[in-house]
Amino acid sequence: MAFEGLKHESMAEPCDISAAVSPVPGQAGGEFERQPVPATHWKGWRSFLGMYAGEHVAGTEFMIGSLFLAAGVSAFDLLVGLLIGNVLAVLSWALVCAPIATRARTTLYYQLERICGEWLVTAYNLANGILFCFLAGAMITVSATAVGVPLDLRMPGLSDWLPTGAAWVVTVAAVGAVFSLVAAKGYDAVARVANLSAPWMILVFLACGIVSLPRLGVDSLGDFWGVARDRIWPGTDPLPGQSKFTFWHVVFFAWFCNAAMHMGMADLSILRYARHWRQGFCSAAGMFVGHYMAWISASMLYAVQLARAGWDPSKPAPPVAPGPMAYDAVGVAGLICVILAGWTTANPTIYRAGLAFQAIRPGSSRFAVTLVAGGIATLGAIFPALVMRLLDFVGLYGTILMPMGAVVFVDFWLMPRLGMSSYYAEKAGLRINWAAGCAWVLALGVCALLNWQGGVQVFFLAGPGWLVTGVLYLAFSRWYQRPQPRGQRR
Amino acid sequence: MKIATWIVRAAGLGLTIVPACLHYGAGLGAGAMRHLMLAGAVLWFGAVLWGEGVRRR
Repeated sequence: MAFEGLKHESMAEPCDISAAVSPVPGQAGGEFERQPVPATHWKGWRSFLGMYAGEHVAGTEFMIGSLFLAAGVSAFDLLVGLLIGNVLAVLSWALVCAPIATRARTTLYYQLERICGEWLVTAYNLANGILFCFLAGAMITVSATAVGVPLDLRMPGLSDWLPTGAAWVVTVAAVGAVFSLVAAKGYDAVARVANLSAPWMILVFLACGIVSLPRLGVDSLGDFWGVARDRIWPGTDPLPGQSKFTFWHVVFFAWFCNAAMHMGMADLSILRYARHWRQGFCSAAGMFVGHYMAWISASMLYAVQLARAGWDPSKPAPPVAPGPMAYDAVGVAGLICVILAGWTTANPTIYRAGLAFQAIRPGSSRFAVTLVAGGIATLGAIFPALVMRLLDFVGLYGTILMPMGAVVFVDFWLMPRLGMSSYYAEKAGLRINWAAGCAWVLALGVCALLNWQGGVQVFFLAGPGWLVTGVLYLAFSRWYQRPQPRGQRR
Repeated sequence: MKIATWIVRAAGLGLTIVPACLHYGAGLGAGAMRHLMLAGAVLWFGAVLWGEGVRRR
Protein backbone atom coordinates (compact mmCIF):
# COMPACT_ATOMS: atom_id res chain seq x y z
CA MET A 1 0.00 0.00 0.00
CA ALA A 2 1.56 3.19 -1.00
CA PHE A 3 0.14 6.34 0.24
CA GLU A 4 3.28 8.34 0.42
CA GLY A 5 3.75 8.63 -3.29
CA LEU A 6 7.34 9.70 -2.93
CA LYS A 7 9.17 6.49 -3.60
CA HIS A 8 10.18 5.94 -7.14
CA GLU A 9 12.45 3.49 -8.81
CA SER A 10 13.39 2.31 -12.15
CA MET A 11 15.47 -0.81 -12.21
CA ALA A 12 17.42 0.64 -15.08
CA GLU A 13 17.76 4.17 -13.89
CA PRO A 14 16.21 6.25 -11.14
CA CYS A 15 13.55 8.63 -12.31
CA ASP A 16 13.14 12.08 -10.88
CA ILE A 17 9.39 12.43 -10.99
CA SER A 18 8.76 12.31 -7.28
CA ALA A 19 11.87 14.25 -6.46
CA ALA A 20 10.30 17.08 -8.38
CA VAL A 21 7.03 16.78 -6.54
CA SER A 22 6.31 18.62 -3.36
CA PRO A 23 3.14 17.52 -1.64
CA VAL A 24 2.27 21.01 -0.54
CA PRO A 25 2.33 24.12 -2.67
CA GLY A 26 5.01 26.61 -1.98
CA GLN A 27 7.32 24.16 -0.25
CA ALA A 28 10.94 23.67 -1.07
CA GLY A 29 11.72 20.70 -3.20
CA GLY A 30 8.74 21.10 -5.50
CA GLU A 31 9.01 21.90 -9.20
CA PHE A 32 6.41 23.59 -11.38
CA GLU A 33 4.09 23.96 -8.41
CA ARG A 34 2.09 26.81 -9.87
CA GLN A 35 2.59 26.27 -13.57
CA PRO A 36 2.04 23.40 -16.01
CA VAL A 37 4.96 21.01 -16.42
CA PRO A 38 6.71 21.93 -19.69
CA ALA A 39 7.19 19.29 -22.39
CA THR A 40 10.94 19.24 -21.73
CA HIS A 41 10.25 17.63 -18.34
CA TRP A 42 7.79 14.96 -19.41
CA LYS A 43 8.78 11.37 -18.59
CA GLY A 44 8.47 8.08 -20.43
CA TRP A 45 6.83 4.77 -19.63
CA ARG A 46 9.89 3.27 -17.95
CA SER A 47 10.01 5.99 -15.30
CA PHE A 48 6.38 5.44 -14.36
CA LEU A 49 6.61 1.65 -14.40
CA GLY A 50 9.58 1.78 -12.03
CA MET A 51 8.00 4.38 -9.80
CA TYR A 52 4.71 2.54 -9.37
CA ALA A 53 6.37 -0.86 -8.87
CA GLY A 54 8.61 0.52 -6.13
CA GLU A 55 5.98 2.70 -4.51
CA HIS A 56 3.58 -0.14 -3.79
CA VAL A 57 5.98 -2.39 -1.91
CA ALA A 58 5.53 -0.94 1.55
CA GLY A 59 5.76 -2.31 5.05
CA THR A 60 2.00 -2.32 5.33
CA GLU A 61 1.70 -4.93 2.54
CA PHE A 62 2.89 -7.50 5.11
CA MET A 63 -0.03 -6.59 7.36
CA ILE A 64 -2.73 -6.29 4.72
CA GLY A 65 -2.05 -9.68 3.17
CA SER A 66 -2.10 -11.34 6.58
CA LEU A 67 -5.25 -9.51 7.65
CA PHE A 68 -7.07 -10.83 4.58
CA LEU A 69 -6.47 -14.31 5.89
CA ALA A 70 -7.52 -13.24 9.38
CA ALA A 71 -10.73 -11.88 7.81
CA GLY A 72 -11.64 -15.40 6.71
CA VAL A 73 -11.34 -14.82 2.98
CA SER A 74 -11.67 -17.79 0.62
CA ALA A 75 -9.13 -18.65 -2.10
CA PHE A 76 -11.40 -17.71 -5.01
CA ASP A 77 -12.50 -14.49 -3.34
CA LEU A 78 -8.92 -13.46 -2.68
CA LEU A 79 -7.24 -14.43 -5.95
CA VAL A 80 -10.05 -13.33 -8.28
CA GLY A 81 -11.27 -10.45 -6.12
CA LEU A 82 -7.80 -8.94 -5.99
CA LEU A 83 -7.45 -9.38 -9.74
CA ILE A 84 -10.67 -7.50 -10.46
CA GLY A 85 -10.12 -4.86 -7.78
CA ASN A 86 -6.62 -4.12 -9.02
CA VAL A 87 -7.81 -3.89 -12.63
CA LEU A 88 -10.45 -1.37 -11.50
CA ALA A 89 -7.78 0.59 -9.63
CA VAL A 90 -5.56 0.69 -12.73
CA LEU A 91 -8.51 1.82 -14.84
CA SER A 92 -9.21 4.57 -12.30
CA TRP A 93 -5.65 5.81 -12.58
CA ALA A 94 -5.65 5.62 -16.37
CA LEU A 95 -9.14 6.84 -17.18
CA VAL A 96 -9.98 9.21 -14.32
CA CYS A 97 -6.74 10.68 -12.99
CA ALA A 98 -4.29 10.59 -15.90
CA PRO A 99 -6.45 12.39 -18.51
CA ILE A 100 -6.83 15.40 -16.21
CA ALA A 101 -3.17 15.22 -15.15
CA THR A 102 -1.90 15.29 -18.73
CA ARG A 103 -4.21 18.12 -19.76
CA ALA A 104 -3.90 20.44 -16.76
CA ARG A 105 -0.33 19.35 -15.83
CA THR A 106 -0.55 20.97 -12.39
CA THR A 107 -0.54 19.49 -8.89
CA LEU A 108 -3.70 18.49 -7.04
CA TYR A 109 -2.97 21.18 -4.47
CA TYR A 110 -2.76 23.95 -7.04
CA GLN A 111 -5.92 22.75 -8.75
CA LEU A 112 -7.73 22.57 -5.43
CA GLU A 113 -6.54 26.04 -4.53
CA ARG A 114 -7.91 27.39 -7.81
CA ILE A 115 -11.21 25.53 -7.44
CA CYS A 116 -11.80 25.60 -3.70
CA GLY A 117 -9.76 28.50 -2.33
CA GLU A 118 -6.89 28.44 0.11
CA TRP A 119 -8.99 27.83 3.24
CA LEU A 120 -10.42 24.60 1.91
CA VAL A 121 -6.97 23.46 0.79
CA THR A 122 -5.83 24.08 4.37
CA ALA A 123 -8.65 21.87 5.67
CA TYR A 124 -7.70 19.20 3.14
CA ASN A 125 -4.07 19.47 4.25
CA LEU A 126 -5.05 19.07 7.89
CA ALA A 127 -7.09 15.94 7.14
CA ASN A 128 -4.30 14.62 4.94
CA GLY A 129 -1.62 15.36 7.56
CA ILE A 130 -3.48 13.60 10.36
CA LEU A 131 -4.21 10.56 8.21
CA PHE A 132 -0.59 10.46 7.06
CA CYS A 133 0.54 10.44 10.71
CA PHE A 134 -1.52 7.36 11.52
CA LEU A 135 -0.46 5.65 8.34
CA ALA A 136 3.18 6.27 9.21
CA GLY A 137 2.36 4.90 12.66
CA ALA A 138 1.29 1.61 11.09
CA MET A 139 4.58 1.46 9.20
CA ILE A 140 6.55 2.15 12.38
CA THR A 141 4.73 -0.74 14.07
CA VAL A 142 5.59 -3.06 11.18
CA SER A 143 9.28 -2.17 11.41
CA ALA A 144 9.21 -2.50 15.21
CA THR A 145 8.07 -6.12 14.88
CA ALA A 146 11.29 -6.81 12.96
CA VAL A 147 13.49 -4.89 15.42
CA GLY A 148 11.81 -6.88 18.19
CA VAL A 149 12.87 -10.29 16.81
CA PRO A 150 16.47 -10.24 18.16
CA LEU A 151 15.11 -8.66 21.37
CA ASP A 152 12.63 -11.53 21.79
CA LEU A 153 9.86 -9.01 22.15
CA ARG A 154 6.32 -10.21 22.87
CA MET A 155 4.33 -9.33 19.76
CA PRO A 156 0.78 -7.99 19.98
CA GLY A 157 -2.03 -10.35 19.06
CA LEU A 158 -4.91 -9.69 16.69
CA SER A 159 -7.20 -8.67 19.53
CA ASP A 160 -4.64 -6.49 21.33
CA TRP A 161 -5.48 -2.81 21.26
CA LEU A 162 -3.04 -1.79 23.98
CA PRO A 163 0.77 -2.18 24.13
CA THR A 164 2.00 -5.61 25.20
CA GLY A 165 4.37 -4.15 27.77
CA ALA A 166 7.10 -1.64 28.50
CA ALA A 167 9.53 -3.35 26.13
CA TRP A 168 7.08 -2.90 23.24
CA VAL A 169 6.58 0.78 24.08
CA VAL A 170 10.34 1.41 24.29
CA THR A 171 11.05 -0.44 21.02
CA VAL A 172 8.32 1.36 19.08
CA ALA A 173 9.33 4.71 20.57
CA ALA A 174 12.96 4.12 19.59
CA VAL A 175 12.03 3.11 16.03
CA GLY A 176 9.64 6.06 15.75
CA ALA A 177 12.26 8.48 17.07
CA VAL A 178 14.83 7.35 14.50
CA PHE A 179 12.29 7.50 11.65
CA SER A 180 11.09 10.95 12.72
CA LEU A 181 14.59 12.39 13.06
CA VAL A 182 15.60 11.12 9.62
CA ALA A 183 12.36 12.46 8.13
CA ALA A 184 12.95 15.84 9.77
CA LYS A 185 16.35 16.01 8.08
CA GLY A 186 14.62 15.82 4.68
CA TYR A 187 13.44 13.04 2.45
CA ASP A 188 15.88 13.12 -0.43
CA ALA A 189 18.32 10.58 1.00
CA VAL A 190 15.55 8.27 2.14
CA ALA A 191 13.82 8.50 -1.22
CA ARG A 192 17.10 7.45 -2.78
CA VAL A 193 17.42 4.46 -0.41
CA ALA A 194 13.83 3.54 -1.22
CA ASN A 195 14.57 3.67 -4.93
CA LEU A 196 17.61 1.50 -4.63
CA SER A 197 16.01 -1.03 -2.27
CA ALA A 198 12.80 -1.57 -4.21
CA PRO A 199 13.88 -4.30 -6.66
CA TRP A 200 15.47 -6.31 -3.86
CA MET A 201 12.43 -5.91 -1.60
CA ILE A 202 10.09 -7.06 -4.37
CA LEU A 203 12.12 -10.25 -4.74
CA VAL A 204 12.15 -10.85 -0.98
CA PHE A 205 8.34 -10.62 -0.97
CA LEU A 206 8.26 -13.12 -3.82
CA ALA A 207 10.74 -15.38 -2.03
CA CYS A 208 8.55 -15.33 1.10
CA GLY A 209 5.66 -16.64 -0.97
CA ILE A 210 7.73 -19.33 -2.68
CA VAL A 211 9.26 -20.51 0.59
CA SER A 212 5.82 -20.75 2.18
CA LEU A 213 4.52 -23.15 -0.50
CA PRO A 214 6.12 -26.41 0.72
CA ARG A 215 5.34 -25.55 4.33
CA LEU A 216 1.68 -25.34 3.40
CA GLY A 217 1.76 -28.66 1.57
CA VAL A 218 2.09 -27.39 -2.00
CA ASP A 219 4.64 -29.88 -3.33
CA SER A 220 3.94 -29.18 -6.98
CA LEU A 221 2.22 -26.32 -8.75
CA GLY A 222 -0.60 -28.71 -9.64
CA ASP A 223 -1.39 -28.98 -5.92
CA PHE A 224 -1.71 -25.25 -5.48
CA TRP A 225 -5.40 -24.71 -6.12
CA GLY A 226 -6.55 -27.61 -3.98
CA VAL A 227 -4.35 -26.63 -1.05
CA ALA A 228 -5.20 -22.94 -1.46
CA ARG A 229 -8.93 -23.69 -1.39
CA ASP A 230 -8.90 -26.21 1.44
CA ARG A 231 -6.03 -25.20 3.68
CA ILE A 232 -4.62 -21.74 3.00
CA TRP A 233 -7.77 -19.68 2.42
CA PRO A 234 -10.67 -21.97 3.40
CA GLY A 235 -13.08 -19.04 3.78
CA THR A 236 -14.07 -19.87 7.34
CA ASP A 237 -15.21 -17.41 9.99
CA PRO A 238 -12.90 -14.46 10.59
CA LEU A 239 -10.45 -14.55 13.47
CA PRO A 240 -11.57 -12.75 16.65
CA GLY A 241 -11.82 -8.99 16.23
CA GLN A 242 -11.80 -9.02 12.40
CA SER A 243 -14.60 -8.35 9.91
CA LYS A 244 -15.58 -11.17 7.53
CA PHE A 245 -14.28 -10.50 4.01
CA THR A 246 -16.26 -11.71 1.01
CA PHE A 247 -15.47 -11.44 -2.70
CA TRP A 248 -16.93 -7.93 -2.81
CA HIS A 249 -14.92 -6.81 0.21
CA VAL A 250 -11.74 -7.88 -1.55
CA VAL A 251 -12.73 -6.22 -4.83
CA PHE A 252 -13.65 -2.91 -3.23
CA PHE A 253 -10.71 -2.92 -0.84
CA ALA A 254 -8.23 -3.50 -3.67
CA TRP A 255 -9.94 -0.84 -5.77
CA PHE A 256 -10.26 1.83 -3.10
CA CYS A 257 -7.25 1.28 -0.84
CA ASN A 258 -5.40 3.87 -2.95
CA ALA A 259 -8.56 5.81 -3.71
CA ALA A 260 -7.00 9.04 -2.50
CA MET A 261 -4.35 8.62 -5.18
CA HIS A 262 -6.45 7.74 -8.25
CA MET A 263 -10.06 8.88 -7.97
CA GLY A 264 -9.01 11.26 -5.20
CA MET A 265 -6.56 12.77 -7.72
CA ALA A 266 -3.49 12.98 -5.45
CA ASP A 267 -1.49 11.42 -8.30
CA LEU A 268 -2.20 14.42 -10.50
CA SER A 269 1.06 15.63 -8.96
CA ILE A 270 2.87 12.59 -10.38
CA LEU A 271 1.07 11.93 -13.66
CA ARG A 272 1.37 15.56 -14.79
CA TYR A 273 4.86 14.49 -15.88
CA ALA A 274 3.46 11.80 -18.20
CA ARG A 275 3.76 12.28 -21.96
CA HIS A 276 0.35 10.70 -22.54
CA TRP A 277 -2.63 9.75 -20.39
CA ARG A 278 -2.08 6.10 -21.32
CA GLN A 279 0.93 6.13 -18.99
CA GLY A 280 -1.65 5.91 -16.20
CA PHE A 281 -1.74 2.21 -17.06
CA CYS A 282 1.79 1.98 -15.59
CA SER A 283 0.05 1.82 -12.20
CA ALA A 284 -0.55 -1.85 -13.10
CA ALA A 285 3.09 -2.47 -12.16
CA GLY A 286 2.37 -1.33 -8.62
CA MET A 287 -0.96 -3.07 -8.36
CA PHE A 288 0.17 -6.47 -9.57
CA VAL A 289 3.53 -6.44 -7.77
CA GLY A 290 2.54 -4.80 -4.48
CA HIS A 291 -1.18 -5.37 -4.24
CA TYR A 292 -1.32 -8.83 -5.75
CA MET A 293 1.93 -10.73 -5.42
CA ALA A 294 3.02 -9.10 -2.15
CA TRP A 295 -0.38 -9.38 -0.49
CA ILE A 296 -0.73 -13.03 -1.48
CA SER A 297 2.82 -13.76 -0.24
CA ALA A 298 2.11 -12.03 3.06
CA SER A 299 -1.13 -13.93 3.40
CA MET A 300 0.73 -17.22 2.89
CA LEU A 301 3.29 -16.22 5.53
CA TYR A 302 0.48 -15.92 8.06
CA ALA A 303 -1.08 -19.15 6.83
CA VAL A 304 2.21 -20.88 7.72
CA GLN A 305 1.95 -19.45 11.24
CA LEU A 306 -1.63 -20.67 11.62
CA ALA A 307 -0.75 -24.13 10.27
CA ARG A 308 2.28 -24.42 12.52
CA ALA A 309 0.30 -23.39 15.59
CA GLY A 310 -2.37 -25.97 14.66
CA TRP A 311 -4.83 -23.16 15.14
CA ASP A 312 -8.49 -23.83 15.76
CA PRO A 313 -11.23 -21.45 16.90
CA SER A 314 -10.83 -22.54 20.53
CA LYS A 315 -7.29 -21.13 20.67
CA PRO A 316 -6.05 -17.55 20.45
CA ALA A 317 -4.75 -16.79 16.96
CA PRO A 318 -0.99 -16.35 16.52
CA PRO A 319 0.09 -12.72 16.28
CA VAL A 320 0.19 -11.02 12.88
CA ALA A 321 3.77 -9.84 13.27
CA PRO A 322 5.57 -9.22 9.96
CA GLY A 323 9.05 -9.33 11.50
CA PRO A 324 8.87 -12.82 13.01
CA MET A 325 6.91 -14.14 10.01
CA ALA A 326 9.48 -12.92 7.48
CA TYR A 327 12.36 -14.10 9.69
CA ASP A 328 10.79 -17.52 9.95
CA ALA A 329 10.48 -17.71 6.16
CA VAL A 330 13.73 -16.28 4.81
CA GLY A 331 15.89 -15.38 7.81
CA VAL A 332 17.79 -12.15 8.33
CA ALA A 333 17.06 -11.00 4.75
CA GLY A 334 13.39 -11.01 5.70
CA LEU A 335 14.04 -8.88 8.78
CA ILE A 336 16.02 -6.38 6.71
CA CYS A 337 13.18 -6.28 4.17
CA VAL A 338 10.53 -5.61 6.83
CA ILE A 339 12.58 -2.85 8.44
CA LEU A 340 13.39 -1.26 5.09
CA ALA A 341 9.85 -1.59 3.75
CA GLY A 342 8.54 0.15 6.87
CA TRP A 343 11.31 2.73 7.04
CA THR A 344 11.35 3.80 3.41
CA THR A 345 7.61 4.35 3.41
CA ALA A 346 7.19 5.77 6.91
CA ASN A 347 9.83 8.42 6.34
CA PRO A 348 8.30 10.20 3.37
CA THR A 349 4.88 9.79 4.95
CA ILE A 350 6.03 11.58 8.11
CA TYR A 351 7.77 14.17 5.96
CA ARG A 352 4.61 14.82 3.96
CA ALA A 353 2.52 15.03 7.14
CA GLY A 354 4.99 17.62 8.41
CA LEU A 355 4.71 19.61 5.20
CA ALA A 356 0.94 19.46 5.35
CA PHE A 357 0.99 20.83 8.89
CA GLN A 358 3.55 23.45 7.95
CA ALA A 359 1.28 24.68 5.16
CA ILE A 360 -1.31 25.43 7.82
CA ARG A 361 1.21 27.53 9.79
CA PRO A 362 3.68 28.68 7.13
CA GLY A 363 6.01 30.43 9.58
CA SER A 364 6.74 27.28 11.61
CA SER A 365 9.99 25.35 11.36
CA ARG A 366 9.78 22.35 9.03
CA PHE A 367 12.13 20.41 11.29
CA ALA A 368 9.88 21.02 14.31
CA VAL A 369 6.58 20.22 12.59
CA THR A 370 8.04 17.05 11.10
CA LEU A 371 9.12 15.97 14.57
CA VAL A 372 5.62 16.71 15.85
CA ALA A 373 4.15 14.63 12.99
CA GLY A 374 6.62 11.85 13.82
CA GLY A 375 5.65 12.09 17.48
CA ILE A 376 1.96 11.67 16.64
CA ALA A 377 2.82 8.74 14.35
CA THR A 378 4.91 7.10 17.06
CA LEU A 379 2.17 7.58 19.63
CA GLY A 380 -0.27 5.88 17.28
CA ALA A 381 2.24 3.11 16.58
CA ILE A 382 2.50 2.21 20.26
CA PHE A 383 -1.11 1.03 20.16
CA PRO A 384 -1.38 -2.19 18.12
CA ALA A 385 -5.04 -1.42 17.41
CA LEU A 386 -3.83 0.78 14.57
CA VAL A 387 -2.28 -2.06 12.58
CA MET A 388 -4.71 -4.74 13.66
CA ARG A 389 -7.53 -2.59 12.25
CA LEU A 390 -5.45 -1.45 9.28
CA LEU A 391 -8.02 -2.61 6.71
CA ASP A 392 -10.66 -0.37 8.30
CA PHE A 393 -8.23 2.53 8.56
CA VAL A 394 -7.32 2.27 4.89
CA GLY A 395 -11.02 2.29 3.98
CA LEU A 396 -11.53 5.39 6.13
CA TYR A 397 -8.52 7.09 4.55
CA GLY A 398 -9.94 6.71 1.06
CA THR A 399 -13.44 7.72 2.14
CA ILE A 400 -12.25 10.99 3.69
CA LEU A 401 -9.89 12.15 0.93
CA MET A 402 -11.40 10.72 -2.25
CA PRO A 403 -14.36 13.15 -2.47
CA MET A 404 -12.06 16.05 -3.33
CA GLY A 405 -11.14 14.12 -6.47
CA ALA A 406 -14.81 14.27 -7.48
CA VAL A 407 -14.69 18.05 -7.12
CA VAL A 408 -11.66 18.21 -9.43
CA PHE A 409 -13.29 15.78 -11.91
CA VAL A 410 -16.58 17.69 -12.07
CA ASP A 411 -14.84 21.05 -12.22
CA PHE A 412 -12.57 19.95 -15.06
CA TRP A 413 -14.99 18.03 -17.27
CA LEU A 414 -18.55 19.04 -16.47
CA MET A 415 -18.63 22.65 -15.30
CA PRO A 416 -17.68 24.25 -18.64
CA ARG A 417 -20.11 21.98 -20.51
CA LEU A 418 -22.94 23.02 -18.19
CA GLY A 419 -22.21 26.72 -18.56
CA MET A 420 -20.50 27.15 -15.20
CA SER A 421 -17.05 28.43 -14.35
CA SER A 422 -14.16 26.10 -13.61
CA TYR A 423 -11.59 27.27 -11.07
CA TYR A 424 -14.27 29.42 -9.52
CA ALA A 425 -12.40 30.41 -6.35
CA GLU A 426 -9.58 31.84 -8.44
CA LYS A 427 -11.88 33.66 -10.84
CA ALA A 428 -14.12 35.09 -8.11
CA GLY A 429 -11.24 35.80 -5.72
CA LEU A 430 -12.71 33.57 -3.00
CA ARG A 431 -10.74 32.18 -0.07
CA ILE A 432 -13.24 29.35 0.19
CA ASN A 433 -15.61 27.90 -2.39
CA TRP A 434 -18.55 26.94 -0.21
CA ALA A 435 -20.05 24.78 -2.96
CA ALA A 436 -17.02 22.48 -2.82
CA GLY A 437 -16.67 22.66 0.96
CA CYS A 438 -20.32 21.85 1.64
CA ALA A 439 -20.28 19.05 -0.96
CA TRP A 440 -17.28 17.44 0.77
CA VAL A 441 -18.71 17.72 4.29
CA LEU A 442 -22.20 16.61 3.32
CA ALA A 443 -20.85 13.64 1.36
CA LEU A 444 -18.86 12.58 4.41
CA GLY A 445 -22.06 12.97 6.43
CA VAL A 446 -23.91 10.71 3.99
CA CYS A 447 -21.09 8.15 4.28
CA ALA A 448 -21.24 8.31 8.09
CA LEU A 449 -25.00 7.83 7.94
CA LEU A 450 -24.66 4.87 5.57
CA ASN A 451 -22.14 3.36 7.98
CA TRP A 452 -23.98 3.96 11.25
CA GLN A 453 -27.59 3.61 10.16
CA GLY A 454 -27.34 1.51 7.03
CA GLY A 455 -24.63 -0.83 8.24
CA VAL A 456 -22.55 -0.25 5.09
CA GLN A 457 -18.96 -1.11 5.93
CA VAL A 458 -16.22 1.45 5.47
CA PHE A 459 -14.66 -0.52 2.58
CA PHE A 460 -17.66 0.32 0.38
CA LEU A 461 -18.11 3.99 1.23
CA ALA A 462 -15.49 5.70 -0.94
CA GLY A 463 -17.41 5.14 -4.21
CA PRO A 464 -20.76 6.50 -2.98
CA GLY A 465 -18.91 9.36 -1.27
CA TRP A 466 -17.23 10.29 -4.56
CA LEU A 467 -20.49 10.23 -6.51
CA VAL A 468 -22.44 12.18 -3.88
CA THR A 469 -19.71 14.83 -3.72
CA GLY A 470 -19.72 15.24 -7.50
CA VAL A 471 -23.51 15.60 -7.70
CA LEU A 472 -23.68 17.97 -4.72
CA TYR A 473 -20.84 20.09 -6.05
CA LEU A 474 -22.62 20.50 -9.37
CA ALA A 475 -25.93 21.33 -7.69
CA PHE A 476 -24.43 23.76 -5.19
CA SER A 477 -22.31 25.44 -7.88
CA ARG A 478 -25.40 26.02 -10.03
CA TRP A 479 -26.77 28.11 -7.17
CA TYR A 480 -23.46 29.49 -5.89
CA GLN A 481 -22.23 30.79 -9.22
CA ARG A 482 -25.31 32.92 -9.87
CA PRO A 483 -24.31 36.55 -10.44
CA GLN A 484 -24.25 38.41 -7.11
CA PRO A 485 -22.94 41.79 -6.04
CA ARG A 486 -19.16 41.73 -5.72
CA GLY A 487 -17.77 41.10 -2.28
CA GLN A 488 -20.95 39.51 -0.93
CA ARG A 489 -19.45 36.02 -0.76
CA ARG A 490 -15.94 36.87 0.36
CA MET B 1 33.12 0.29 -13.58
CA LYS B 2 29.42 1.06 -13.95
CA ILE B 3 28.86 -2.23 -15.75
CA ALA B 4 30.63 -4.07 -12.94
CA THR B 5 28.24 -2.61 -10.36
CA TRP B 6 25.29 -3.79 -12.46
CA ILE B 7 26.76 -7.29 -12.68
CA VAL B 8 27.13 -7.41 -8.89
CA ARG B 9 23.59 -6.07 -8.47
CA ALA B 10 22.27 -8.78 -10.75
CA ALA B 11 24.19 -11.37 -8.73
CA GLY B 12 22.63 -9.96 -5.55
CA LEU B 13 19.14 -10.25 -6.99
CA GLY B 14 19.90 -13.74 -8.25
CA LEU B 15 21.08 -14.83 -4.82
CA THR B 16 17.86 -13.43 -3.37
CA ILE B 17 15.39 -15.33 -5.48
CA VAL B 18 17.22 -18.44 -6.75
CA PRO B 19 17.78 -20.01 -3.28
CA ALA B 20 14.04 -19.65 -2.55
CA CYS B 21 13.25 -21.40 -5.83
CA LEU B 22 15.79 -24.14 -5.04
CA HIS B 23 14.29 -24.54 -1.58
CA TYR B 24 10.91 -25.16 -3.17
CA GLY B 25 11.92 -27.09 -6.24
CA ALA B 26 15.13 -28.91 -5.31
CA GLY B 27 14.93 -29.29 -1.57
CA LEU B 28 17.70 -26.84 -0.68
CA GLY B 29 17.87 -26.70 3.11
CA ALA B 30 16.25 -23.77 4.88
CA GLY B 31 19.50 -22.79 6.61
CA ALA B 32 21.49 -22.72 3.38
CA MET B 33 18.72 -20.78 1.67
CA ARG B 34 18.71 -18.14 4.39
CA HIS B 35 22.49 -17.72 4.27
CA LEU B 36 22.46 -17.40 0.50
CA MET B 37 19.66 -14.84 0.64
CA LEU B 38 21.61 -12.84 3.20
CA ALA B 39 24.63 -12.98 0.90
CA GLY B 40 22.34 -11.71 -1.87
CA ALA B 41 21.30 -8.77 0.31
CA VAL B 42 24.94 -7.96 1.08
CA LEU B 43 25.83 -8.10 -2.62
CA TRP B 44 22.85 -6.00 -3.68
CA PHE B 45 23.33 -3.24 -1.14
CA GLY B 46 27.09 -3.36 -1.50
CA ALA B 47 26.74 -2.87 -5.25
CA VAL B 48 24.18 -0.12 -4.70
CA LEU B 49 26.59 1.78 -2.46
CA TRP B 50 29.42 1.13 -4.90
CA GLY B 51 27.25 2.37 -7.76
CA GLU B 52 26.35 5.49 -5.82
CA GLY B 53 30.05 6.16 -5.29
CA VAL B 54 30.74 5.66 -9.00
CA ARG B 55 27.81 7.92 -9.89
CA ARG B 56 29.02 10.73 -7.64
CA ARG B 57 32.57 10.55 -8.97
